[in-house]
This record gives sequence, C-alpha cells and structure tokens, in this order.
Amino acid sequence: MRLITHNMLQCHVKGCNANNFPLEFQEVELEQEEAEMNEDFLRNMLTKLEYDALVSTCLKLGINDLPATMPADAAYNDEFLQILHRVILETHVKSGKMICPNCKHIYNIRDGIPNMLLAEHEV
Amino acid sequence: MLYTAHTTYDDIENKAVGDFGCGCGILSIAAAMMGSAYNVGFDIDPDAIAIALRNCEEFEIEMDFILADLSESAVLPSSSGNSTSSHDSFTMMKGKLDTILMNPPFGTREKGIDMVFLKRGIDLANHAVYSLHKTSTREHILKKAKEWGVKCEVVAELRYNLDKSYSFHKKKSQDIAVDFLRFEKCL
Repeated sequence: MRLITHNMLQCHVKGCNANNFPLEFQEVELEQEEAEMNEDFLRNMLTKLEYDALVSTCLKLGINDLPATMPADAAYNDEFLQILHRVILETHVKSGKMICPNCKHIYNIRDGIPNMLLAEHEV
Repeated sequence: MLYTAHTTYDDIENKAVGDFGCGCGILSIAAAMMGSAYNVGFDIDPDAIAIALRNCEEFEIEMDFILADLSESAVLPSSSGNSTSSHDSFTMMKGKLDTILMNPPFGTREKGIDMVFLKRGIDLANHAVYSLHKTSTREHILKKAKEWGVKCEVVAELRYNLDKSYSFHKKKSQDIAVDFLRFEKCL
C-alpha cells in the first residue's frame, strides 16, 4: 500500500465516527519503489489530498521532506511535486499496523495489503 | 470493453481509478495499461487479492489493494434515497477516485448486493462509474439511476457463459446477457 491510499482510509468500526482519521502507523516496514511521475495526476490530486494528515503521518514515519503547509504555487512547483510523488506514490508500507486514534481498533497490514475487514459485532 | 471508457469518455488516462470487488484485478490491469495514474482494488476475498497481486506483477503494474467488505451495512442509504444523512465508512474516499470500475457479484443468493455496490460506487466516485449487470435488471437500474440523479447509458451488451458455481444453480452452465453500463454524476 502506498501512502496515497492510506490518506483515504479511516476507521469504520460501528459508532466510531469522530477523530477516526488518519489511522496511526505502528511497527511499519517501508519500502521505496521508483515509479513514473505523472504531473497532471499530481496536480489533480492536490485538492483531494488530506494534506495535514499526510504531513503528520509522514513525520511519525520519519519522512520530513514535505513542507508543513502546501506551497501556494504547488501545481507548478516542480520541486514540491517531485517530493509529493516520492512520498505518496513511491513509499510503500509492506507490513505493520494502523491504529484508530479514537477507538484504538487495530488494522493489520500484511504483504502490503491493509485488512479493513471487521468482525461481525464491530460492523 | 474498457477501451470505450478510455477513448470515448476519457475516464481512464491520468485518472485515479478504483475497482470494487476487483477479484483477480483484470479491470484495473486493463485500466493501468490504458494509462490510469493510480489504481486501488477492493475485495473481501484475500485469495482473490493474492491472485490479483501476482497478475499485477506479471503485467508490471503498480496497484494497491484493500481487503474490505463493500457490502457492509453502514452504506445502506435510507429508504428515501436521501444519502446525505447516512454514514459511510469510506467517506474519506469520497470524490478522490475519478472513475470507479466494478463487476459486482450477481447470480448469487444474496439479492440486491450488486445494487449496494453500485450505490456505494456512485456515492464515492468523483465522476464516472462503470459496472456490469444482468440485462434482465436493466429497467430497474435505469429507474434507480434516475432516482439517484445520475446519467446512465449502456456502453455494450455482452454474453457471459456462466459455469455452474453454486450448488443451487440448476444447470451446468448458462448463457446470460450482461450490460456494461456507464454512470455519470451530474454536477
């Protein structure tokens, strides 16, 4: 799972409706994998990203390349787009856990795949 | 099949594409080959995802997978069809996937699960949803699409040869007519 996907995942345990995003990583194993950069796509994603959540998640993972706030000229700031590309599309979470900041539910990641399935009583 | 989505509607190239009930990943792999920028697949079956991962490796395609139950009850809209109040466990995804592809389960005992998938896809997609449905349910789906305020058109009519896959299926295999539908959200 790449960090762009994590940026769209929230806790969905029944009744857990507030403060359930972003899920906190723990004991994660990361891997960098090069990917072709697509600037049009990145520009399109700028308004869709939960940028604050991305920055705070990255800081906890020890990735501190992203500026705290998105530059005003982000869409045409090549340096920023490159960093963003590397962070959201080239950083893979291979294994670990994601913990809900609210209800503390643990979602496991194995072989790069987050398990968002819940037990019957949690739905 | 997806070629039309790419050439006629420009719903694939440079887009973020979601695949609901991705199974072995075939729809996403096709999308990636046509130039989608980001692919994510959802399935409830870890074995299907494992196969999809191998297929992606074979075609050298970068794709994320999420083990999830898209038929989960939280999404069920209130009977009035007004979904603003319903809590969706995937709200964070809303509007982020430009195009959602799906081949929802049908011909199973669980009636209506394809409609749950479809409603969820339409709620979450930023622009377009492509889905496969039995032609026999076309009228019903067109009516629903109208209710949901989305445009719906039949992109292609296909024939599936479905092998007996459940013990309650009476025939060894059956030809069924299937529609490939495109839904577009009107802004």
